[in-house]
Amino acid sequence: MTTNDRYSIFSILRQAWRGNTGWKPVWRDVAPKPAYDVVIVGGGGHGLATAYYLASQYGRRRIAVVEKGWIGSGNVGRNTTIIRSNYLLPGNVPFYELSMKLWEGLEQDINYNAMVSQRGVLNLYHSDAQRDAYARRGNAMRLHGVDAELLDAAKVRRLVPFLDFENARFPIRGGLLQRRGGTVRHDAVAWGYARAADRLGVDIIQNCEVIGIRVDGGRAMGLDTSRGYIGARQIGVSVAGSSSRVAAMAGLRLPIESHVLQAFVSEAVKPFVGGVVTFGAGHFYISQSDKGGLVFGGDIDGYNSYAQRGNLPVMEDVCEGGMALMPRLGRVRMLRQWGGLVDMSMDGSPIIDRTPVEGLYLNAGWCYGGFKATPAAGLCFAHLLSCDEPHDVARGYRLDRFATGHAIDEKGMGPYPNLH
Amino acid sequence: MSERDASKEASQSFRVPGMGSIDTTRTITFTFDGRIYEGHPGDTLASALLANGVRLVGRSFKYHRPRGILSAGSEEPNALVELRTGNRREPNTKATTVELYDGLEASSQNRWPSLAFDVLSINQLAGSVLSAGFYYKTFMWPAAFWEKLYEPVIRRAAGLGRAASEADPDSYDKVTAHCDVLVIGGGPAGLAAALSAASAGARVIIADENPELGGRCLAEKRTIDEMPSAVWAKHAQEKLRSTNEVRVLTRTTVFGVYDGRTYGALERVSDHLPVPPQHQPRQRLWRIIAKRVVLASGATERPMVFGENDRPGVMLAGAVRTYINRFGVVPGRHAAVFANNDDAITTIADIQRAGAEVVAYVDSRKELSPAVLAVLSEAGVDAILGGHVESTTGTRHITGATVRTADGEIRNLPCDLIAMSGGWNPNLQLATHLNARPHWNETIAAFVPSALPPGMAVAGAANGLLTLAEALASGAQLGIEAAHEAGRPAVEARSYSTTPEASSIAPLWRVPETKGKAFVDFQHDVTTDDVVLAHREGFAAVEHLKRYTTLGMGTDQGKTSNVNALAIMAALTESTIPAVGTTTARPPYTPVAIGALGGAHRGRDFKPERLPPSYKWAREQGAVFTQAGLWLRPQYFPRPGERDWQETVFREVDTTRNAVGICDVSTLGKIDVQGRDAIKFLESIYINNWGSLAVGRARYGVMLREDGMVLDDGTTARLGEHHFLMTTTTGNAAKVLQHLEFCRQCLWPDLDVQLAPVTDQWAQFSMAGPKSRDLLRKIVDSEFDISDAAFPYMAAGEVAICGGLKARLFRLSFSGERAYEIAVPSRYGDALIRRLMTATEEFDGTAYGTEAMGVMRIEKGHLGAAEMNGTTTAYDLGLGRMMSDRKDFIGRTLGSRSGLMDPDRPRLVGLRPINPKHKISAGAHLLPQKAHRTAANDEGHVTSAAFSPILGHTIALGLLKRGPERVGEIVGVCDPVRGRDILAKVVSPEFFDPSGEKLRG
Ligand SMILES: Cc1cc2nc3c(=O)[nH]c(=O)nc-3n(C[C@H](O)[C@H](O)[C@H](O)COP(=O)(O)OP(=O)(O)OC[C@H]3O[C@@H](n4cnc5c(N)ncnc54)[C@H](O)[C@@H]3O)c2cc1C
Repeated sequence: MTTNDRYSIFSILRQAWRGNTGWKPVWRDVAPKPAYDVVIVGGGGHGLATAYYLASQYGRRRIAVVEKGWIGSGNVGRNTTIIRSNYLLPGNVPFYELSMKLWEGLEQDINYNAMVSQRGVLNLYHSDAQRDAYARRGNAMRLHGVDAELLDAAKVRRLVPFLDFENARFPIRGGLLQRRGGTVRHDAVAWGYARAADRLGVDIIQNCEVIGIRVDGGRAMGLDTSRGYIGARQIGVSVAGSSSRVAAMAGLRLPIESHVLQAFVSEAVKPFVGGVVTFGAGHFYISQSDKGGLVFGGDIDGYNSYAQRGNLPVMEDVCEGGMALMPRLGRVRMLRQWGGLVDMSMDGSPIIDRTPVEGLYLNAGWCYGGFKATPAAGLCFAHLLSCDEPHDVARGYRLDRFATGHAIDEKGMGPYPNLH
Repeated sequence: MSERDASKEASQSFRVPGMGSIDTTRTITFTFDGRIYEGHPGDTLASALLANGVRLVGRSFKYHRPRGILSAGSEEPNALVELRTGNRREPNTKATTVELYDGLEASSQNRWPSLAFDVLSINQLAGSVLSAGFYYKTFMWPAAFWEKLYEPVIRRAAGLGRAASEADPDSYDKVTAHCDVLVIGGGPAGLAAALSAASAGARVIIADENPELGGRCLAEKRTIDEMPSAVWAKHAQEKLRSTNEVRVLTRTTVFGVYDGRTYGALERVSDHLPVPPQHQPRQRLWRIIAKRVVLASGATERPMVFGENDRPGVMLAGAVRTYINRFGVVPGRHAAVFANNDDAITTIADIQRAGAEVVAYVDSRKELSPAVLAVLSEAGVDAILGGHVESTTGTRHITGATVRTADGEIRNLPCDLIAMSGGWNPNLQLATHLNARPHWNETIAAFVPSALPPGMAVAGAANGLLTLAEALASGAQLGIEAAHEAGRPAVEARSYSTTPEASSIAPLWRVPETKGKAFVDFQHDVTTDDVVLAHREGFAAVEHLKRYTTLGMGTDQGKTSNVNALAIMAALTESTIPAVGTTTARPPYTPVAIGALGGAHRGRDFKPERLPPSYKWAREQGAVFTQAGLWLRPQYFPRPGERDWQETVFREVDTTRNAVGICDVSTLGKIDVQGRDAIKFLESIYINNWGSLAVGRARYGVMLREDGMVLDDGTTARLGEHHFLMTTTTGNAAKVLQHLEFCRQCLWPDLDVQLAPVTDQWAQFSMAGPKSRDLLRKIVDSEFDISDAAFPYMAAGEVAICGGLKARLFRLSFSGERAYEIAVPSRYGDALIRRLMTATEEFDGTAYGTEAMGVMRIEKGHLGAAEMNGTTTAYDLGLGRMMSDRKDFIGRTLGSRSGLMDPDRPRLVGLRPINPKHKISAGAHLLPQKAHRTAANDEGHVTSAAFSPILGHTIALGLLKRGPERVGEIVGVCDPVRGRDILAKVVSPEFFDPSGEKLRG
């Protein structure tokens, strides 16, 4: 079944010597078979990771991932690549920390360099109240065994001297630092999981849009797709911004709204931003890629939408934040702007759960922060699909938690998806 | 002769006298990499460098290959420089778009130690290792080496130019404009469109990225209506400028299309000057809302893909013509022309007219039309039909072309310029910003727009109409239609006469046999081999191809590379070009300075400052201010001799508790609620009862969100039968108003109730402390009885102060003392604070700030934002008993969900350190005294803490699992991020005067 060589220094040199003519497709482009044991809908990071862990950790076979476009063309390839486990609530910290640990061993695990780069994530604070809120969060992390440091203004200045400390409307008083946070090359996550899953026999079926879910007597039977019917004993829906639309095919209404989140990249300049910095007094965060592009973003556009494009006011708002924090960015040019569809849940936390339709499982509600979750979401979803019960660290991510009053609301914003 | 004169001698030897349309009578100087050169006003940096024979301008991203000037416009991938110096340094600036000014300074970038000798060019030797996707396959061993070794090395080599290291000193403006017709692009199609829309009386905006309108009219030797095209364009521009309701925006790039017919445009107001003139911005961001748009953005020429096609001296044919016809610069003395289409033929005559030699014309087509053949024979050039340029020779500049003729013969042609043309791609980016997919046009072998954003039409080359005649005709017609659709009268489109031109093409996407690297994307060093490898590894779809090879991701956004790469991939996959993918673009069309998007919102002007009415007075007192949202509030009022803020705050608390303290509370939200159903409204908003509230009385209220969590608290006073004044916390003023408006408009539209935010209308001061009534007596006019009998705790009413000034008086207390709040129209705020402070002297009173207020409210166990954090219920905060069970209110139903009724939820308690010297800080977590410090034992956290001067130790509020049941227990207060771990006793949250005696007086 192996379609590609293991990557090693020797394979690279050997191939270079042969003019790179011996490399094989990173994953096979296959046509759908009539039926599978498990079909994962959505070839984003989560779907591909789920397929990989189903095969590698849970020994499952006859697995397919169906993707309406090209794998990685959704949010996994549109996000700002930040990974961190600096969460506050007990329902979240262990999950994101598991994800962080999986990132730390990912490349060895899947033999693909996704450039997991732990250059640190720094959240700035500008008031005593913000400081105390970060202290609370940092303490929660520490109690969970996660690294966190509360820095004062002088330490922040040493770390990121290029911020505006002199003339700021909201002076920087300090920050919460997670050194193990950082960035990952997003496309490589999709490709690396695809390659690893493919090597374990998973069928990755591209240009195959799910257009219907066949349900019989409360049980999901299979999928109608743009490439025909595919039978499935289990269906795992992992379609991020399209969650509510796909779930509707099985008659489900989800506690999710889709919103647009924009991101921006500048022209490549010589690196000067080491890690990730988030501005506590405006909607702005920034990091710099290994190619030199400044990658930045801010708030969601704020209205429900399925259009993968952003609008001007938010882009101006983000750049205002950028100029307030880093006035030396004035003459750096923004190179590209894009939008992704984010599946905003009612409390800002995800759902990994069974659904009322037997055999139909849901991984959704990742909001603007599901990239960092990719390995753990994949593992936990695979666990749920294989053991029919939630993974220990994902117990809180129930679909019915809004009915029972067990929301996991990190920001305390309440059931207003556009505010999380 | 000075050094400068010496270098001047050879200056501008590639300038051709009598050619070009720029002003050669004036000479200006500039420097590149420290050397001084001369040019003329109207030059671009690129044309001036070429005039001086400078060919090597930059280095490529990955292999650091020598690069020159490829184009004459914003599609330039190679000639990137750092423009200006110091805090105005602009990295990655395209030399082809920089207008020359006297004293301009530019330097090459991404090279070390120098442009001519760049150490990292050894990367080329490792070319086959550094192929596309190389990084993904390597640098994995051992894991820890990525951050420590590999990545730092990669990052050192990353990036192109250097960003300035200081704040940008220039300013930026923003404008919003509306028009009937926006014409994007001022070439022949755009000019014709604007002229005809204007003739119909439409309000027109025409924008072009160049300093003057004209587009290719300025670059080609053509005629329109018997005039040289450049002259015609000049007339057209003058006509437009002098027409009412027409706005000509030159140096302006429309960079993005957004929903609601909104277009983003960037005007470079001062970039052609050394520094912006006084009171002028550097750039201006336009948000243009246009009823109709004519997109006339022209087309971009495609390079030919052959071996070593990236050497300086290989240039787009259209750019060669631009340099000759517009700038009077000939980019080489011995030129070869290599093309696959008729358009390039005109290059031959232009080069010859400029006095240079055309050593050969190489066309990949075997057969040409008789008209074209006639042109070739008239020019007398050596025409190699069915041939290819396979490779070039030279190091930092080409010295020759290796050509394979139709019958396989190899010829080495010495030359210093290759003018190449692979055909033209319509500039359809803006047509795709709202996600429409373009359509493949076989005739011109290029994508053309198909579905369009609402209100847009596409004219001229941007729509694949590549000849001048078609451009003018389509522009004129669409301009009329746009004006008509925008509501202007229908008029006839006028017609223009031009000379005929040939325009056929037979695409050649890559030269079949090449020697050396054949570049597809110059800036990112993507070669044909990389495309082949991407195909081999399964990255054949356009989105995969781009991401895997980084094709089209450079600062030129793939304008010259995307279609060539798609076509090469189509050949590899044996499918059609549209099957591989289409080229949809994302904004911006060309990169936009972040400063321009940020506008004036930086530094102190990032957000507006809200100043409380006593601000001026407080400033005079030397108050220290703190940020409360947008408000600047006095934090404390230091007095001479006080050692630190702590001492000041102790004094303020102490004075307030023992005499009287004054605080500006104008920042609290105030909402005026009126209407016959106002009571009903309040009953549904608040958890407690309001029916019994008498006129002239106030009551404390708590409101919940729909999900049962506490939203806000505050007092509401009944000023009249149907008139209430609600106060909110400072931080929640807007949120509460939004909530109330939602309830009023969406949930209960039939209620007779109106809301008005009046926070800014009133200056309100609190006077707290045992002497507060005595103080009040000094300013309230004597006819008003404010005795406790007449004006008890929670009374509210109108009074007059200071001899007739109407005011509102409330007897409320946040600090736990006897206290009053007095409100006057904001404009009297400054006078009132001064009057109050004078009056207070007799009582040895004080002003106090937010710090003292915080201490006193914690002493009293009052709630703040840290307790009402959006995840606490009324029950959690000890307000459960306030919840009325006789009515329905927002949050009641969802508030009774099992998860929110769980007795294990953290609830409000007070905390006091066992050792009075220990400090408790907000944000610390609470664990059982002896429990292991892990998350499994986490039982809550400290929400607020302060040092209580009265009690002599820290006091704190916290949320603790089953808190109120545990009063008296000792818990661990664990604060690892601040390195503290102490013990505290759980106590009632009311530390001070729990019975409320002081309050009532
Ligand atoms: C601009 C932006 C910035 C972000 N920044 C960050 C960040 O810095 N850090 C972070 O942690 N998170 C970030 N996120 C969030 C993160 O990208 C997402 O939460 C995460 O990628 C979602 O999981 P995914 O990768 O599986 O989604 P996707 O990649 O979107 O995968 C879903 C897939 O489902 C497919 N699909 C949809 N409908 C169907 C159908 N009917 N049939 C078949 N297939 C279908 C889609 O085509 C898509 O490929 C960001 C998101 C955006 C938009």
